[in-house]
Amino acid sequence: MIMDGKFGKYGGIFVPELIIPALEELESAFLKYKDDKQFNQDLDFYLKEFAGRPTGLYLAKNLSKKLGCKIYLKREDMLHTGAHKINNTLGQGLLARYMGKDRIIAETGAGQHGIATAAVGAMLDIPVDVYMGSEDVDRQRLNVFRMEVSGAKVIPVESGARTLKDAINQAMRDWITNVENTHYLIGSTMGPHPYPAMVKHFQTIIGKECRKQILELENNLPDTIIACVGGGSNSIGIFSEFVSDKDVDLIGVEGGGNGIESGHHGATLCAGSEGVLHGSLSYVLQDNDGQITEAHSVSAGLDYPGVGPEHSYLKTIGRANYVSITDEEALKGFQLLSKYEGIMPALESAHAVAYAEKYAKMPENKGKTIIVNLSGRGDKDMFLAAKFLGVEV
Amino acid sequence: MSENIGEDSNKSTSKNLTSKNSLSIESYEKMFKRVEAKNEGAFVPFVVAGDPDFDTSLEIVKTLVENGADALEIGFAFSDPIADGPTVQDADVRAINSGMTTDKGFEFIRRIREFTSIPIGLLVYYNLIYKRGIDLFYKQAHENGLNAILSADLPPEEASDAVKAARTYGVNQIFLAAQTTTNERLKTISQFSSGFTYLVSVMGVTGARSEVKTSTVDLIKRVRAHNDLPLMVGFGISKPSHVKEVIKAGAEGAIVGSAIIDIIAQNINQKEKMLEEIGDYTRKLKEATKK
Repeated sequence: MIMDGKFGKYGGIFVPELIIPALEELESAFLKYKDDKQFNQDLDFYLKEFAGRPTGLYLAKNLSKKLGCKIYLKREDMLHTGAHKINNTLGQGLLARYMGKDRIIAETGAGQHGIATAAVGAMLDIPVDVYMGSEDVDRQRLNVFRMEVSGAKVIPVESGARTLKDAINQAMRDWITNVENTHYLIGSTMGPHPYPAMVKHFQTIIGKECRKQILELENNLPDTIIACVGGGSNSIGIFSEFVSDKDVDLIGVEGGGNGIESGHHGATLCAGSEGVLHGSLSYVLQDNDGQITEAHSVSAGLDYPGVGPEHSYLKTIGRANYVSITDEEALKGFQLLSKYEGIMPALESAHAVAYAEKYAKMPENKGKTIIVNLSGRGDKDMFLAAKFLGVEV
Repeated sequence: MSENIGEDSNKSTSKNLTSKNSLSIESYEKMFKRVEAKNEGAFVPFVVAGDPDFDTSLEIVKTLVENGADALEIGFAFSDPIADGPTVQDADVRAINSGMTTDKGFEFIRRIREFTSIPIGLLVYYNLIYKRGIDLFYKQAHENGLNAILSADLPPEEASDAVKAARTYGVNQIFLAAQTTTNERLKTISQFSSGFTYLVSVMGVTGARSEVKTSTVDLIKRVRAHNDLPLMVGFGISKPSHVKEVIKAGAEGAIVGSAIIDIIAQNINQKEKMLEEIGDYTRKLKEATKK
């Protein structure tokens, strides 16, 4: 390894020996191509023509008026396949192509990352196998079908709790076995080095665009940026370009599930502790012995007992604050944005919306300029939302 | 590597700290000599502590020892064992469901020490060590009679603290080496290890395989050139013929896990049959180590 992959003390390469050479190969390819002119020309082309970048920074006028703040939405929900995930899948998919890998594997929770990977695999003509917990396969039939239509093979995972965490375990086992021809396309800023740094690199496009846009619109930096945190890729993507601007408050919103005190939540940074999971040292949800415990969130993207290591670092040094929003509050956030702005956010992003409302209502925040990263759209969550509202669809 | 703490690889084995057990515990070095003197390789079975429950598991270990195990590999169950195939995953689930914890795991080792002095190595995912506190974990490992610790998800790059604790408490730190491991890394692994080096015979996770790959033989030869420690081969070694093959290829020992755990899984409700089959199979595997 050329770099140690650490953010402060967090991160690293806590993986079985068999994967190390693959991580070395991946790191070296990433470092080589991330500044390569042809690679970036290709990536820019696909981001623009395939994914639909740049995304807008939209002033939510009605909501701003209601809350007495200036609220901007970074519209990652407008992207192809429905969320910011495609920024990373395009980057890594292209990298896999440049590395000459002839197979891609991925994990998925609700299916968003799987769909984005399947789409990129179809476009680049590389076969894709997606690991998905069998519990999630049952809950997300439509998304399974979406992946399959794009030619991906969805492999249900029957071990453990049969959700995202177990899908990652199984994808890692596959990678250990087929490391020579296979690229493991991890969907968030988690896992062993170089993944957290690499996924961040491909997601910083959000922050770069956003910074330029807000300066054009306001001639000033925002007071606050709010983004949801599951594994942490959309939030790192937008935070990264503002980390050195100390006056910009960065707030990450975790899945509070039934409330932190209930024990049923996905609020790893708010209520977890340091541990090693899926290749890196970060915050995790665990018992006293270090056995990983189940996360719970209405939003599948936040339903993960770990978090990207850079978030643990930003928390520890006090550069970003982490809060949580319960399932119920998130669903209210979903309604709020739909009703006032005609934009249905993904339930993940609805956590950021719900916290923005809370934040804007605090007297000390009156009149502030707030950017909410709207990481995905809510089409995938309509059944859940309807169920919550007691509507038969 | 930020800190080079590689040094004489056998130093730690000579340290006998406060454990009352330590005088009676056989070192890996002595065990390999004992086995070599009989012109044999070492046979080392692997089971998960507490699979399917604490008491049965202890009887299983007793059966393994009575039927010829030269050393033991004992696993502490983990919720997310990424280096293990379905057989060991299921064993982990059974052990956790039977109420195993880190404390009970150490108690299990202590109970094994009541009937045997052969070397016992622990296989444990790093989070269990990290959560308890690295120093405390190694201290307790030593106090409860363990010879060695191998963390499947702890490569030398991340192991400075663990190696330091291992040396402090006289525990052997074991590392994996695989076909994909470069010669340069083999040297690093050799510097950080003591006791033996664990060779991964297949590209993949733990689990029974139908044959030993010819590349395993090449791996043994290649590692030998960069590593002075005894070599034990595991992952995918499931039959007497596999054991014979890796010993013949020059390994000092063979580690068999999934094949034994399969017997446990198939006889969950018939303990006597389970123990009998494990005993029979152990004798066959041990027999295969004779040169």
